[in-house]
Amino acid sequence: MDSACRLSGAGLTLAYDQRVVATDLTVAIPDESFTVIIGPNACGKSTLLRALARMLKPRTGAVHLDGSVITSLPSKEVARRLGLLPQSSIVPDGITVADLVARGRYPHQKLMRQWSKADEAAVSEAMRATDVAELADRIVDELSGGQRQRVWLAMALAQETPILLLDEPTTFLDISHQIEVLDLCAELHEQGRTMVAVLHDLNQACRYATHLIVMRGGRIVAEGDPTEIVTSELVHEVFDLRCEIIPDPQSGTPLIVPEARRRVAASS
Amino acid sequence: MNVRVGSWSVRLAPRALLVSVVLVVAGFLVTVAALSTGEFTVPVPDIVSAIFGQGTPVAELIVGKLRAPRVVTGLLVGAAFGLSGAIFQSLTRNPLGSPDFIGFTAGASTGGILAVVAGGSAMTIAGGALAGCVVTAALVYLLAYRGGVQGYRLVLVGIGANALLVAVNSYILTRANINDAANAGAWLTGSLGGRGWEHAWPVALALLVLLPLCLSIARPMRMIEMGDDAAKAMGIRVEVVRAAAVTAGVLLSGVATAAAGPVIFVALAAPQLARRLTRSPGVTLASSALMGAVLLTAADLAAQRVLAPTQLPVGVLTAAIGGTYLVLLLRKDRH
Repeated sequence: MDSACRLSGAGLTLAYDQRVVATDLTVAIPDESFTVIIGPNACGKSTLLRALARMLKPRTGAVHLDGSVITSLPSKEVARRLGLLPQSSIVPDGITVADLVARGRYPHQKLMRQWSKADEAAVSEAMRATDVAELADRIVDELSGGQRQRVWLAMALAQETPILLLDEPTTFLDISHQIEVLDLCAELHEQGRTMVAVLHDLNQACRYATHLIVMRGGRIVAEGDPTEIVTSELVHEVFDLRCEIIPDPQSGTPLIVPEARRRVAASS
Repeated sequence: MNVRVGSWSVRLAPRALLVSVVLVVAGFLVTVAALSTGEFTVPVPDIVSAIFGQGTPVAELIVGKLRAPRVVTGLLVGAAFGLSGAIFQSLTRNPLGSPDFIGFTAGASTGGILAVVAGGSAMTIAGGALAGCVVTAALVYLLAYRGGVQGYRLVLVGIGANALLVAVNSYILTRANINDAANAGAWLTGSLGGRGWEHAWPVALALLVLLPLCLSIARPMRMIEMGDDAAKAMGIRVEVVRAAAVTAGVLLSGVATAAAGPVIFVALAAPQLARRLTRSPGVTLASSALMGAVLLTAADLAAQRVLAPTQLPVGVLTAAIGGTYLVLLLRKDRH
């Protein structure tokens, strides 16, 4: 395991109540990577992300952040280094976009330092980056799904953490909004942030990830640069899907074309 | 609106401040009216001299011994109910999560009427109510617990507990002798009649300790309304904040019920009214407490004067006034 990584987990046993999701899982998130975790439903990918974000306490093993066991650090201190966009959050009734984004500053604030100039600057920068500045005074409930997800992202950005974890950030969005959110993540990654996302779409994962972690049944089956590790054998092993892999005509990354089961190509 | 002094900065919502000021003024006016009016009118200047011990003996008796304890108890009990309602509505993310809906107040009633039927003193009745509230809260939490307490589960279990306890209360009344049953029945509607300083003190003490605690966790509580994961990601120790909030909320509703009986509706309506007036996202603790105080004292004033000389229990009026106002506000609601 690469001990130079800021965020890593070793010997993790992850479980909800009685149901053990993963045992002896070891993972390291390369610094300044855009890491994408992928795998079939119930493979433990969101569970792993939640453990890395200290939402779930591992039954054995530990998650390390900057060399310390993450649970031994003060929780506000962790929140200044590592942000999380949960799979679903509840929009407070009647809150405006600007107020919701401003809540991302919580870890930087104190009882007597509720709204510094740094807070103000971080919030306007986060709204600019996510393109929600012109929605600032709108009520969040009244926005479209795509806009709302950008607002949540803005809140996580306002937190100004060098590491940002995203749990299925594209779920419930239509294709154009999915691309919009992923492009935004890629941009944030280019600015030097370490991004870790759980995604469902293998093609999107291959296109955006600099580091791919492929999981099945609570184990990491493969990890590395998507261009090097994604093969039709891997996809079959992990997803039980026969497919052909061609270079993505736009990005050159692997593009998964599932085998046609019902109507085999007429030309062959 | 931001106020910055050196490295200190405070964020203020102008509208919430304005509403608070208006509520304080309203509370003051109601207090003056309650002290001054009635069968024996005490002019306002005489109230001041009576409070400072320089009034006529009659004015001192009426203001100092009869009216002042009643209105002060009303202000304190109202604030405690409003605050407790705001806490539970925030924790359950549901207006129906108020202590008067999820069985806490009914549990306090069970404790209270058991003490009445057993022929207990005012102190025993108050103790019984507080104990009933705490025990009910503990049971509801235990039953709703499943690796953490979900808001909707707490509301569902609480509504069930409430129904059961209301039935238990009725049963106790049918088994008691007629005099005890009448006394217990009067206590059950919630009343500020005949309240002395001995009723005001425990609530004042509870508020003195718990109000600062509540205000200090107001910000993290607002973050928890967005979901546990979102709050934890912001570095909030969700379980610690929640335990503190639950403790404060249960004690406040228990102490308030002990002092005035189960006055319904204040805990439900005050936070909702305050929220709509301040137009703030989510529940606001301070304005809920102020609103509760004004709502209860105004209702008590009306209960004493509207059908005078007939005296209504305040519980009847809180439901009527609070309910009407809430319906009016809901009708205007845009979201």
